[in-house]
Amino acid sequence: MEQVPILKIGQTLFVSIQIDLQDESVIMLQEDLANKLATTGARGVIIDITGVEIVDSFIGRMLSTIGSVSRLFDAETVIVGMRPAVAITLTELGLSLSGVRTALNAEKGLEILNGKH
Amino acid sequence: MGVLPIRSGDDVVRVRQHVRGAAAENGLSLVDQTKLVTAASELARNTLVHGGGGVARVEAVKSSAGRSGIKLHFTDSGPGIADISLALTDGWSSGNGLGLGLSGTRRLVDEFEIESKPGEGTTVMVVKWSR
Repeated sequence: MEQVPILKIGQTLFVSIQIDLQDESVIMLQEDLANKLATTGARGVIIDITGVEIVDSFIGRMLSTIGSVSRLFDAETVIVGMRPAVAITLTELGLSLSGVRTALNAEKGLEILNGKH
Repeated sequence: MGVLPIRSGDDVVRVRQHVRGAAAENGLSLVDQTKLVTAASELARNTLVHGGGGVARVEAVKSSAGRSGIKLHFTDSGPGIADISLALTDGWSSGNGLGLGLSGTRRLVDEFEIESKPGEGTTVMVVKWSR
């Protein structure tokens, strides 16, 4: 199983998902992020899903869970780079990704985290 | 076009990749490919988690009007589904999911059939046509 790396830049944790996600990898990412938030005190999480071809109900639920867990560490999560086909499919599937913000790209995501809407 | 085993999370990823390739080869648009692969991911996970593993069959099909499409069968020999109409309801879940797996999957494809007998297993068939 492949692991998704987490980078810390300033007060923000960056995650760029570049692999075809299997369920175990997403669960591990959730745990790794919670640990990193607890140890670093980061205030925001940016998850770049530009390279993600599909978000099904499990992956979508885990992204929401990551948002809720981050909030318990006083951090906000922004999902960036969603492909148009993924957005259409997610909506039809009935998922709303509650608990996380979304932005067009990493730059806009950072603006949200820095309070410049 | 292929029969793939579903026994692990890696197999679920392989099924997705195989379905993506088949859908692209048969002229499905990017959005339709994404919908079909997402449906395949949901169904493959069901086969693994609820059915205790099984197989996925991927076929290229042609409609009577000449449209090409992809047909998928997911078969397991698990406990089966006692109440299919309940399992197809938005929000109903047997596990810890959101209950969108089967009902959501049905919205992503053009044809959807499910056969299940308690104690004998479940087969789900879906088709996505090119536009």
